[in-house]
Amino acid sequence: MTVTEDAPVGEIATLNVTIRIKRMNPEGTPARAPGESYWEEFHVEAHATDRVLDALHTIKWQEDGSLTFRRSCAHGVCGSDAMRINAKNRLACKALLKDLNPSRPITVEPIAGLPVVKDLVVDMEPFFASYREIMPFLVTTGHAPTRERLQSPEDRAKFDDTTKCILCAACTTACPVFWTDGQYFGPQAIVGAHRFIFDSRDEGQWDRLEILNDKAGVWKCRTAFNCTEACPRGIEVTKAISEVKRALTTGEF
Amino acid sequence: MTAHEYDVVIVGAGGAGMRAALESSQRASTAVLTKLYPTRSHTGAAQGGMSAALSNVEDDNAEWHTFDTIKGGDYLVDQDAAEIMCREAIDAVLDLEKMGLPFNRTEDGHIDQRRFGGHTRNHGEAAVRRACYAADRTGHMILQTLYQQCVKQEVEFFNEFYVLDLILDADATKARKGADVSVVGVVAYELSTGAIHTFRAKSVIFATGGAGKVFKTTSNAHTLTGDGMALALRRGLPLEDMEFFQFHPTGLAGLGILLSEAARGEGAILRNSTGERFMERYAPTIKDLAPRDMVARAMANEVREGRGCGPHKDYVLLDLTHLEPAHIDAKLPDITEFARTYLGIEPYYEPVPVFPTAHYAMGGIPTTVRGEVLRNNTDVVKGLFAAGECACVSVHGANRLGTNSLLDINVFGRRAGIAAAEYAATAEAPPMPADAADAVTTQVATMRATVGGAGTERVADIRKALQETMDRDVQVFRTNASLTDAKKKIAALRERYASIAIHDRGERFNTDLLEAIELGFLLDLSDVVVAGALARKESRGGHYREDFPTRDDENFMRHTMAYARPNGIKLDYKPVVVTRYQPMERKY
Repeated sequence: MTVTEDAPVGEIATLNVTIRIKRMNPEGTPARAPGESYWEEFHVEAHATDRVLDALHTIKWQEDGSLTFRRSCAHGVCGSDAMRINAKNRLACKALLKDLNPSRPITVEPIAGLPVVKDLVVDMEPFFASYREIMPFLVTTGHAPTRERLQSPEDRAKFDDTTKCILCAACTTACPVFWTDGQYFGPQAIVGAHRFIFDSRDEGQWDRLEILNDKAGVWKCRTAFNCTEACPRGIEVTKAISEVKRALTTGEF
Repeated sequence: MTAHEYDVVIVGAGGAGMRAALESSQRASTAVLTKLYPTRSHTGAAQGGMSAALSNVEDDNAEWHTFDTIKGGDYLVDQDAAEIMCREAIDAVLDLEKMGLPFNRTEDGHIDQRRFGGHTRNHGEAAVRRACYAADRTGHMILQTLYQQCVKQEVEFFNEFYVLDLILDADATKARKGADVSVVGVVAYELSTGAIHTFRAKSVIFATGGAGKVFKTTSNAHTLTGDGMALALRRGLPLEDMEFFQFHPTGLAGLGILLSEAARGEGAILRNSTGERFMERYAPTIKDLAPRDMVARAMANEVREGRGCGPHKDYVLLDLTHLEPAHIDAKLPDITEFARTYLGIEPYYEPVPVFPTAHYAMGGIPTTVRGEVLRNNTDVVKGLFAAGECACVSVHGANRLGTNSLLDINVFGRRAGIAAAEYAATAEAPPMPADAADAVTTQVATMRATVGGAGTERVADIRKALQETMDRDVQVFRTNASLTDAKKKIAALRERYASIAIHDRGERFNTDLLEAIELGFLLDLSDVVVAGALARKESRGGHYREDFPTRDDENFMRHTMAYARPNGIKLDYKPVVVTRYQPMERKY
C-alpha cells in the first residue's frame, strides 16, 4: 500500500492495490479455453474509503469490461455480491480495501460449492431451491383476524436475529459440510426456517422441523462456526442452528 | 428466440411487482420478469417505515394523512389518488402483517408506530406517530415477506431477464385521440444465455423502479437505471413530472448511502459547523422533521453560506449522541452500522457527516388509480399497467413524504395486479408480430459488434460525465443557466454514446453489454428531467429554481407530460385533480 504521504488533514488518502481475481469464461477467450479457470492480477489506484466492489468496478470500467460479477445496492443490503475475499466469504460492497492488508495482493474468488457460471458469478438456483424447501412463509390456520395478530415485544425479539438474512449465501458457501455433502440444505435454509419456527404467530413449526430433522437437515451441522463468521449481517447462525436442534429434541420453542 | 404466452406479464420484482404478482397469479396465468433475483430489488434498501393511520399509539386518521400527503407534495398531488392511498393504507399494513411481516410491537402487542417527516396531527399541529416499522429495515422485511408469499403461491419468476422492448399494436405517436391502442407483450434478453425471448400477454405491468443513477450522488442501486420509464418513452408514451426528483437529506457524505429519516424521527438533530440546530430557522414548528425537499434545501443552503463542516465545509452533521446507545441499537441498528463500516464513525459518540443524496423519482409513467397507463391526458393503453416508483399516479406530487413509497408500492401494486388480471379475463391479446424481436436483436447485435471496432468511447466515462453534470446542474438548486448547460452537455454525451465500444463479445452473462444499454436509458431520462425543469419556471417541492423562487399556481399547478419526438422532448400539461384541499402556503 502506498499512502499519499502529504495528503492534507481530512483528505482521503489513496492507495495502490493489487487485486488477484479467479476468472473463468464459459465461452473462452483468445488465450483461454472455454471453462478454464485461471488467476489474473490487476493493479488499481483506490481511495482509502473504497471497498472491493469499487476496485472491481474500476477494473471493469477502465480495463476489462468482460470482468463479470453481480452487484446492485452497493451497501450490504441486497445480497448480490457475496464473494470469497482473502479466503473469507464477504460482501464486496462491505469489505473495505484498507482492512484487507492491501500491502499484499487481495484475492477475490467466487463463493464455493455452487457451480461457477462466469468469473465471480455462480449459479444461485440450488441455494434458492433449499430455501424454498423449508416453507419460508408464515403458516396459520383458521380465520384471519380483522386487525393484526398480536405479538409481544419479547416474542418478537426471539426471531429478530434471523429476520436480518439477505439470502446472499455467504454462510452456506462457507460451510465445509455443504461443500462435501451434496444433500445438506446448508445454514441459510436453517436460518430461514428459524425465522418462522420461533415466530409466535406461526403454526407450521412441526412441518418445518420435520423437514429439518431429515437426513439433509440440521444434524449434518458440525458447528464449524464458518457460517457465523461469514455472515455479513452479523447473524449468529450457529446459535440459530443449535436452537433448532434443541427445539427438535425438547419440543420447546 | 423463444416465444412465451401468459395472461399477465409483470416486469420487475420489487415491492410493487411482487405485490401485483400475489394478486394477479391468483386470478390469471402470470409471469414475473426481473433483471435481478427478486430479493435483490431496491425495495429492500428502504429503511424507516410505511405510514398508515392505524391510531395504535396516537389519535390519527386517514384524512390527516391525506392532507399531509397533498401538502407535502406541494399541491401537485392528484387528490383523489392520495385519498385512496391513505384510506387503503390501513389494510395494506394489516395485509402485510397477516402475511407474516415482523413489525416492531407496542407493549400490548400491536404494530408500533413512529414519527416521520411531514406526517402531522390535525393538519400540521405537531408530528404524529404514523409510520409502521421493523427497526430500520422495513423495506427489507416487506421485500422478504412478499417474496416468501410468492414462494408459497408458486409465482413463476424469470430471474435475470432484462426487458428491452415493449410491444404495442399501434404506433402511439400516430394514434388519434380516443382510438384503441393495446399492449401485445414485451421482448426480453436472458442474461445467462444471451437468448432473446418474446412474451405475449393480455396485460403487462411495469414495476421497474426508479432511475436514481442519472445522478452521481445517490442512494439508489447500480441497477436503478429507469428501464421501464425509458422503454415507455421510446414507444411514444408520455412521462409525467420527471423534473421532480427527491434528494434525501441524510446521505452519508461523499457516498450517498441512505441514513433513514427515522433517525430524526427517533430524535436525531441536524447541526451546522457552529453546532446550531439550523432547522429551527427553516421550519420552526416541526424542525428536523420538515419534509425532505425543505430539509435538503436547508442543508445545501447552510453549506453554500459557509456553515458546512469538514475540511471542505461541504456537509452538515447528523447528531445522535444525545440518544441512548440501547435505543439506537433497538431502533436504528443498520444505519448506525453503515456509519461505522463506511466512514469509521461511532454514532454513539460522534455526529455523522451527511449531505443530500438523489433518492426518488416522484414522476414516472402516468397512470390512473387502477394502474392503467395513459398515452395522453385521457386515453389509456389497453392492457398496460404501471405501479411503484416507475409510475406516477400521482400521489407524491412535487415531493414525496417519507414512508409513502412503501405504502404506494403496496396499495397501487395490489390495484395494478387486480386490474391487470381482470382485464386479462375479458381481453384477447393481439397477435405478436413476426418481427417483434427485431429491434432488440439488432440493438444487441450492434452493441456486440462494437467490440474491437472503431468506437473509442467508454460507457463508464460517458456515464460518469452524465452523472456529474446532473449533480452539478440539476440537483437541489437549479437555474435557467444550469439547466441550459446540462441540456447542451447531455446532447454532447449522446453524440459520444454513438461511438462507444464495449469489451465483452460473449453471449453468456454479458453485463458489459447491458451496462451500455442501461446508459442509453439514463441519457433518455436525463433529457426529460432537464426539459421539464427548464420549462417549469417556478419552485415547487423538489424542483427549486433560484431564478423563480416561488410557487406559481396560476401557471404551473399542472402536471408536465413529456413525449419523446424525433426533434426532441415535446412538453404538454395535464390538470391536477383537486377534491377538497385548495392550495395554501407551505409552512411547517
